[in-house]
Amino acid sequence: MSALLTILRRDLAMLLPGGRRGGTLLPLLFFLSVAMLFPFAVGPDAALLARTGGGIIWVAALLAAILPLDRLIAPDLDQGFFDQWALRGISEEAVVFMRVIAHWISFGPPLMIAALPAAALLGLDGASLRIVELGLLAGTPGLAAIGVMIAALTVGLRSGAALAGLLMIPLAVPLLIFGAGALATGGGSGIALTGAISLILVAMAPFAGGAAIRATRGG
Amino acid sequence: MHGYANPARFLRIARWLTPVLLLSGLLITAGTMVYGLFLAPAERLQGETVRILFIHVPTVWLGMAGWSTIAISSLMELVWRHPLAALAARGAAVPGALFTALGLATGSIWGRPAWGTWWVWDGRLTSFLVLLFLYLGYIALAGAVSREGGSSRIPAIFGLVGAINIPIIHYSVLWWNSLHQPPSIGMGNSSMSPEFLWGLGAGVLGFSLLFGAVVLMRMRALLAEIQAEARLRRKALEA
Repeated sequence: MSALLTILRRDLAMLLPGGRRGGTLLPLLFFLSVAMLFPFAVGPDAALLARTGGGIIWVAALLAAILPLDRLIAPDLDQGFFDQWALRGISEEAVVFMRVIAHWISFGPPLMIAALPAAALLGLDGASLRIVELGLLAGTPGLAAIGVMIAALTVGLRSGAALAGLLMIPLAVPLLIFGAGALATGGGSGIALTGAISLILVAMAPFAGGAAIRATRGG
Repeated sequence: MHGYANPARFLRIARWLTPVLLLSGLLITAGTMVYGLFLAPAERLQGETVRILFIHVPTVWLGMAGWSTIAISSLMELVWRHPLAALAARGAAVPGALFTALGLATGSIWGRPAWGTWWVWDGRLTSFLVLLFLYLGYIALAGAVSREGGSSRIPAIFGLVGAINIPIIHYSVLWWNSLHQPPSIGMGNSSMSPEFLWGLGAGVLGFSLLFGAVVLMRMRALLAEIQAEARLRRKALEA
């Protein structure tokens, strides 16, 4: 257990904004720039932006979740950390689970903060903003789980970065549907279902990710 | 199950099974097409446009059966490490994606006269579109893995994750759809007349036989590729 906590602390030191692995703020900046892009494309009509703003934030969050995938698993696999953990008898599943938690902490709450200026840019009202933030709170663990899973599946492939986006988007569709769908119903069941999908994905990720890492290591 | 793990034995069976499936599939499909396009009566409400049903339903069925093949093969690959399962999954991916695309295309063509539009963001259509993207992702991943010499268990894991995701996608879009608009048209075919039902059954059977033949052909091609590579390696070692 203490070994897992050490791994989690190390992961957080790597992944949190300003962490050692670098580039940790890029997904958030990317998120804001995507949210800024939509008004340029559809025009500055305030009513239209307010109506579509919640969905735009969700799309931006999904796209931003693709960005950090290549630095979630690959550096540790290249430097032999996973071999060392395997020698210590720590299962890949446990390491991947810690990685999902660390990735969520470094990605979910900062994204929810970045959603505030994005909501202001898009002119969202208070009620919609509340639903978007609650939806992101329920949905980002699922996004983090898919991210770690896809990162483990594409690790070591030269075309991994381009593949990761193609693999991640269809898997993230349910989160997007329920998360953005909650805006139309005024929260409630939509957010609960987003949370349910998130839980399924978080439960699945350690096994899928662990098996993928073992397969890549040739174990 | 492992009785057919021996590639030589599999090839012996596949060699005669492929033409049998192909010929019977071609015959039954051609018969269904002739029946569906010329002999079957026009439907009362939709008139002649209903004939596309005889292509649409079998392709959609195979689009879903294709991912089921991938999922079952992936399970066999991951749990029992069956040596041919990875080939079966890869063999089913491209025809499955093709049938999914055909199902979407024929549905869209049918939707134009029946619904008055090429595309609606209806639950069924949307989940099928997502299924097509899952197929494309799977094909790209399996291709990259085999090119770069990765483990065939990588695409198998994605195949299983995708299989768990498909029911979620299906129900999520149904729920999501009911928020925005009622479905433009129900797929209520329960009171389908027998001449349509039998024709459809024959169509599904014929297309499935063709699908099986294509999967076997692709598996044989993949096996031949592996054998050629192994032979080259042996030659290089001897030289």
